[in-house]
Amino acid sequence: MSTAAVAPPRDSRVNYLNANYGFRSWLLTTDHKRIALLYLMSITVMFFIGGAAATLMRLHLITPGGTLVQPATYNKLFTVHGIVMVFFFMIPSIPAVLGNFLVPLMIGAKDLAFPKINLLSWYIYIVGAGFTLYAILAGGVDTGWTFYTPYSSTYANTQVIAAALGVFITGFSSILTGLNFIVTIHKMRAPGLTWFRMPLFLWAMYATSVIMVLGTPVIAITIVLVAFERLLHVGIFDPKLGGDPILFQHLFWFYSHPAVYIMVLPGMGVVSEVIAAFSRKRIFGYSMVAFSSLAIAVISFLVWGHHMFVTGQSIYAGLIFSVLSFLVAIPSAIKVFNWTATLYKGSISYQAPMLYALGFIGLFTMGGLTGLFLASLATDVHLNGTYFIVAHFHYIMVGGTVMAYMAGIHFWWPKITGRLYPDGWARFAALLIFVGFNLTFFPQFMLGYLGMPRRYATYPAEFQVLNVMSSAGASILGIAYLIPLVYLIWSMRYGKIAGPNPWNATGLEWKTASPPITENFEETPVVTEEAYDYVHMPPMPSSAALAGEGDANV
Amino acid sequence: MSEVTSQHPHNLQHHFADMEQQNDSGIFGMWVFLVTEIMFFGAIFAAYAIYRSMYLPAFEFGSRLLDVKLGTVNTAVLIGSSLTMVLAVHAAQTGKRKALVFFLLLTMALGAVFLGIKSYEYYTKWEHSLVPGLRFAPTEALPSGVTVPNLEMFFCFYFFMTALHALHMIIGFGIMTVLVIMSWRGRFSPEYYAPIEVSGLYWHFVDIIWIFLFPLLYLIGGRYTT
Repeated sequence: MSTAAVAPPRDSRVNYLNANYGFRSWLLTTDHKRIALLYLMSITVMFFIGGAAATLMRLHLITPGGTLVQPATYNKLFTVHGIVMVFFFMIPSIPAVLGNFLVPLMIGAKDLAFPKINLLSWYIYIVGAGFTLYAILAGGVDTGWTFYTPYSSTYANTQVIAAALGVFITGFSSILTGLNFIVTIHKMRAPGLTWFRMPLFLWAMYATSVIMVLGTPVIAITIVLVAFERLLHVGIFDPKLGGDPILFQHLFWFYSHPAVYIMVLPGMGVVSEVIAAFSRKRIFGYSMVAFSSLAIAVISFLVWGHHMFVTGQSIYAGLIFSVLSFLVAIPSAIKVFNWTATLYKGSISYQAPMLYALGFIGLFTMGGLTGLFLASLATDVHLNGTYFIVAHFHYIMVGGTVMAYMAGIHFWWPKITGRLYPDGWARFAALLIFVGFNLTFFPQFMLGYLGMPRRYATYPAEFQVLNVMSSAGASILGIAYLIPLVYLIWSMRYGKIAGPNPWNATGLEWKTASPPITENFEETPVVTEEAYDYVHMPPMPSSAALAGEGDANV
Repeated sequence: MSEVTSQHPHNLQHHFADMEQQNDSGIFGMWVFLVTEIMFFGAIFAAYAIYRSMYLPAFEFGSRLLDVKLGTVNTAVLIGSSLTMVLAVHAAQTGKRKALVFFLLLTMALGAVFLGIKSYEYYTKWEHSLVPGLRFAPTEALPSGVTVPNLEMFFCFYFFMTALHALHMIIGFGIMTVLVIMSWRGRFSPEYYAPIEVSGLYWHFVDIIWIFLFPLLYLIGGRYTT
């Protein structure tokens, strides 16, 4: 199209951040980059709310009898932590922030296919978050994030309906985001950008979107049924009235297991980008990594029963779900091996994004391998409902997803804001998070193996040493998460000017200005080569060179 | 937003390269949305199937308490509205503005008839105290193997599924109202009618849901085997 050719000459300092000002220009924006920032702010708030609940729990568990809160309050704390972190931080984290920002940039488009629907999805998220915050402030919820029936539908005396509505509503935000990504990736790729030239981040986003679109409606309707049952006192899931509580679990996990991959697949996409950039190599086995994302999306829908090995599901179903769950290990391992092979003979540099990405690989591998213990029927009978589970999924979700999210934020921060952050602080924070994380959650593997059940406000005295270690780790982790908050905000004003491509990385997003203009590109880019063509790129600038580059512009 | 150049067609949004890309995206987006809808209804269909197999006598008895004549009329009305929707799309493609408005209004009228009959059915269920949670005290003699809670379960699903379907029709009504106003003002042309086509897809989907609901709820209750 000739739109770019007739555009007037542009002031190079105008970008999407300063194109216009005022609350209206943000709250009514349809620019995917601004919407990404709206999401970034919202989920950061939710992250620290969920984190505060976790901190209180870990403080409480320093002594066997519990130091801080009543047992009933403890139940509300872990419920709030779960609901907020899963539905309001983890699921939107990489897709709604980095995905929103990057999908159009990476495919060379001006925006997502449906910009207004994109903005709508943020408002839906905010309404859902509002209901959940109301539920917290009006007395809390104590069902656990899983809303298991009949407790949630009949017996709990807490704000179940408000919290359930929050989850229901926010589900539509993720459906709409997924829909937008699928259509955008199918229909709006720049000339020459074939499927197998796409960066792997886009493959990961595509696979994630498929899960969002197929899975989320199922939990939405299930949650409505729970609210319906609670309001009208009918017996859809209440065994007393002929309902089947196991059916609730089936429907819940039919979404909530794939949701694990909504959380981790985008992280895998980020890691693929970062590993390639910081080892200056094309990702080893590109197409295998791309297809393994789709394979994970497909298999993720066939494994939900492994959450129900001990809750009354038929033993034969358990057998089949166990086998299918082992299958997920294959595409996951393909990714890990391919990232490792990419590092081989690469020219590796260890800036902050790379530290987070390497952390991801190690911690995700541990989380994945301990998942195999839980996918095995016999060991799961012993480990189910213990801290082993808690440790396992935190290795995937915090060690995996949050590490990848931090890697992505640090990798694309110069693109988002046009500024570099202080690399020394960033590396320090990355190491501190790694240490704090392992100190928090590794003892929980041991606690679980020794038989400490999850979700209890008290524990036998012999578990105290490991619990204190875990709480100490949590304090380190809590402080470590605050450091990036400080220097990233600082860098928005005082950071060095980044320039369009500070990492000398490949990909269309690095071929436009930082921050990009509202329309992303001066003219529609044309793609002529495969992704990750690092052979023809200049080397990664050293940290010293990055720190000295550009004007401080204080 | 970006400036519209002289070559830029009036209805083309700034972020699309051309009309074809915009239309394709709209139609593809609606298909993806319908997939979501299938999973949305799919969960509740699955739950219905499971409980039906668990409590077959109650579900069959409950099914026989529904008014199959009204259900049949409603099915015909709704299929008729799909036909008028197709004719509306055709009128849009051929640029016949008045026919377009007429068929859209006719589609809405048929939808209103459907909802009217549905409301009447709901009313009779209320009269017979067959509304779960609010007023459920069946006066009919229950056959052996049928308990009140199990029968209530059937009516839970009956109301939940048909109300969810009706809600989709009401949303369709809102969409149609906008389309009628836009059509009346001449916003559509043989070059630009994607909103009509996309909304048509949605309307047909809502019809198809009913095509599954009708036999599941009304017809397979063993009414015709005894």
